[in-house]
Order: sequence, then structure tokens, then C-alpha cells
Amino acid sequence: MKLTNSRQLFILFALFLICTSSYAAGLRFFHIKAEGQDTVTTYTSPFYEDNERCFKCHGQNTYEYTNENLGRQVKALMFSELIIKRNDFYRSNHKSFSCTDCHSDQYTTFPHAGELRMEQAYNCIDCHGGDEKFARFNFEEIEAEYQRSVHFKLEDEGFTCWKCHNPHTYRINVRNTENIKETILYDNNICLSCHANFDRFQLLTNRSEINIVRTHEWLPNQALHFENVRCIECHAKINKDVLVSHEILPKENAVKRCNECHSQNSILMATLYKFKAREQRRAGFFNGIILNESYVIGANRNEFLNIFSLSILIFILAVIVVHVAFRIMKSRNGS
Amino acid sequence: MYLYPKWIRLWHLINAVLFLILIFTGLSMQYTDMHNSTYTVGFAKAVRWHNGAAMTLTASYVFFVLGNIFTGNGKYYRIRKENFWSDLYKQLKYYSFGMFRGEKHPFPVTMERKFNPLQKFSYVLAMYAGMPVLILSGFLLLFPEVVPDTIFGISGLVLNDVLHISIGFILSIFMIIHIYTCTLGAKPFSLFWGMISGYHRADDDH
Repeated sequence: MKLTNSRQLFILFALFLICTSSYAAGLRFFHIKAEGQDTVTTYTSPFYEDNERCFKCHGQNTYEYTNENLGRQVKALMFSELIIKRNDFYRSNHKSFSCTDCHSDQYTTFPHAGELRMEQAYNCIDCHGGDEKFARFNFEEIEAEYQRSVHFKLEDEGFTCWKCHNPHTYRINVRNTENIKETILYDNNICLSCHANFDRFQLLTNRSEINIVRTHEWLPNQALHFENVRCIECHAKINKDVLVSHEILPKENAVKRCNECHSQNSILMATLYKFKAREQRRAGFFNGIILNESYVIGANRNEFLNIFSLSILIFILAVIVVHVAFRIMKSRNGS
Repeated sequence: MYLYPKWIRLWHLINAVLFLILIFTGLSMQYTDMHNSTYTVGFAKAVRWHNGAAMTLTASYVFFVLGNIFTGNGKYYRIRKENFWSDLYKQLKYYSFGMFRGEKHPFPVTMERKFNPLQKFSYVLAMYAGMPVLILSGFLLLFPEVVPDTIFGISGLVLNDVLHISIGFILSIFMIIHIYTCTLGAKPFSLFWGMISGYHRADDDH
């Protein structure tokens, strides 16, 4: 086909724009579909057999036992809070544990004795505090931070480390993965398990509703922010002495100024990208490590482009100045 | 001669104001600083104004393109292959040397030829290549969720943003040159006056 006039060219260009934008939207759609695939652990616990005594009932939604009074097998639903999926446990930080490392030996008999319900659960600091092996994680400072946080005020209502870090399933993400998006999703789900789940939320508060989408309405590109940063980036106070800040601030003290992240001295480098912050610039981009996963306007300006564009601007202005000088000379000569 | 009808003058004025707002707010976003905002407006304000001005600019661009299609104005942008490079060279030579030697303008303005070859070439590049890319990449920045995560192994967001700010920068340079060349009329402000009144004086050629 021979293009005979600019109208045809314009229509062709418009079609090109429509095609490229549809293609871009399509790529994104397929990418989202590919996410969300869960990995299955290949870890083999030294206590696998022992733990199976618990998992055969607590590992799924239903369990069976022989009711000696009735003289038959009974199948029943497991209380949802007491279900621990094997795959989740064997991927967690405590995967090498035996259930009875933390729980009473008496649980090995069934039916479980009633008083076991009153068993005192361990907190993180009970095992991790004062231990040289965990010194670099500074659990003592984490505990102090927690005690200053808004969550600590709810301890009388039943808030504990467990609310965020279920010892059966919790796994450290941020320092063990190259995939920051996975970390963000995992960590944000911890917050959302209460802050977007009213059933759990009402255990600790009398508020009649929660709606984090509405409370974050002021945030431009809200979904993209939720996908690319963790809640704690804005809601926790930065502390250089701990790897992940645990001092959750009152909502009025949360980060709200855009350029705390969107600037060359972005706080993201002290929070989300703390573990990778050693690489300060990549191909001339300030805070280049952020570029592996995202792009933050204002934080990722490029040094080379800055110099290049400034040079062009100076060159053009210089040409204009010279041109003006020649025009002045010509007008003087002319007059 | 009456060269600039009302709709072109209106579009041109709107375009100029919006472009200045977009440059200022764009620079504010790019060079935002937590501790010093002397030469910039706050990030949130810059985003709001940039988005608003960009939407209006898009509408104004559509108005311009439709205007060119449905009025005779489109013909001034039509580039002919014949003598394309030699005409460009002639005009460039005139700006560089000829005008200082008192030579006559090689392509005086007529009702059939509003732009000299250099003007025509730069206006077509700016309006029919630069602007669509700028607008499209701007919309992708506004809806970043539709940008592919990676394009040829590079972050789609980075590529799109670098494209947007590069084209924005090139068009800003175009604007500086455009404003300067508009001082090359019979008197430094006579061409600006032409864009206000609509009339071009024959001795105003630049």
C-alpha cells in the first residue's frame, strides 16, 4: 500500500498507538496471571514423623478419631485457628522444630487434657532474647520498639508478637529473597490479616468498620503503591539499629509527604531497600537498586541524563547568545 | 496578510501556557527534595497540576490535529521530498550567515507557504512525532499498572519515564529555539504581535 497523504499516515500512527497500548495492557494481564503461584517446600524435617502425630489432625480442615463411647470412627471439622498447613510450617523459620519443642509433651495423648488450653505461649523474646546466636538481629531493640509502638497499647486486649509473626508459619522474607515484590506481598498480608479482616480486627478494637482503601484515598496510584511498598515504609519509624522497624506509629505520624520517598534522599533506601542499599548507583541512576523492582519518580533521576541535558541546554543558550551578538553587530554596522 | 485564524491563535496560547506549567511542574517532580523546595513546588501539588495540565494539553492537541484535518491549515505541514535537504540547508545557511550579510530571505512567507523548510520540519517533528510520544508515555505514567514490568530486560517504568522526560526535554529545547527565532522578524516583537493579531507583515519573515 502506498501512502499518498498525511491523513493516511496519521490514521496509521493512531492504529500503531492503539496496538502498542493494547499490547502493553495484555502483557501486564498475563504477568498478573503468572503471579500467585505458590512454591512447595522440599525441606525434610528431622522431626517429620513426630510432627505427623499432630499434623494428621491439625494439618487440614478435618480430622478423624475413634470415639470409644460410640464405638465408631468420627470425622469432625478442625477449628480454623488450630489448622497449620504442613507446607506453611515446613517453609517457616521454625521448620526444623518439633511441635513439642514449644508445646507440652502431654499433647501427644488424645483427647488432649483440658488444662492444656491454658498453656502459656512463648513470645519471640523468650527464645531470641539474650542469645549470642541472634545478637545481630537485635531482638532486645525490637522488643523495645514494639513496646513504644501503637500495637503494644493493645497488649491487655491480647496483642502479642504472634498477631504478626505466627511462629508456625512466619518466614523471614526481606533478607532471603531477591524478589522484593514477593516480600512486599508477604509482609503487607501480615498487616492486612487484621487491618483488612474485620473478624480478626474486632478482637482488639471496638471500631465498627475498617476500610484501608478509603483511608488511603489521598494516595495517588493507590494500587501501585500497595503493590510496591510495604505498609511499614510509611507506618513505622526508621531505626538503623534493627533490620526491620517494629515501632508502628500512630496514624497521624505516618509518612504523608510524597517526597520523603520521591526524592534523591528517599527513605525507601533506609527501609525497603536497606538490605540492598550497598549498591548506591546503577548505570548513573541515583538509588539505582530501587530500579531492580520499581521506579520512583524523583528518587531515580539519572546522573548522566542530568549532565547531558544540562550540556545541551547550555549549548543552545550559548548559540543564541552568539547569534544575538552577531545581530547586534550587524544592526550597528547597518546604522 | 491574515495568516493565523482565531482557532490557531487560541490553541497556540493555550498550548504555550500549558507547556510552561508542565515544564515547571515536571521539573518539580524530577528534582523534588525533602529539605529544599526553593525552586520547586511540593511533589503532591506538582503531580496535581501536571496531571491537570497534561489532560488539557491532550484535549488541545486533539483540537489542533482535528483543526489541521478539517481546515486548510494541515497543508502547511506537508513535507515534500523534492529539494528537502537542500531547502533545509538553504534556510540554515541563511540563519547562520545570510541574514548577517543582508541577504534576502530564501523562503518568504506567503498565503501558500506559512513556514520556511526548517520551521516546517521542526514543527512536524514536534507536533506529529514528539507530542504523540509525550502524551502516550504521559498516560502510561498516569496508569503505570498497564506498563509491562520489563521491556527487553529493562524495567518498563524506567524506560517509559526516561522516554517521557527525554521527549519533554527535547520539546522544551524546541520551545526555547522557537521563542528565539520568533524574535527574528523585522523587529524583535513583531512576530509575537502577529500571533496575537493574526496578521503577518511581509517584512516580518524569519
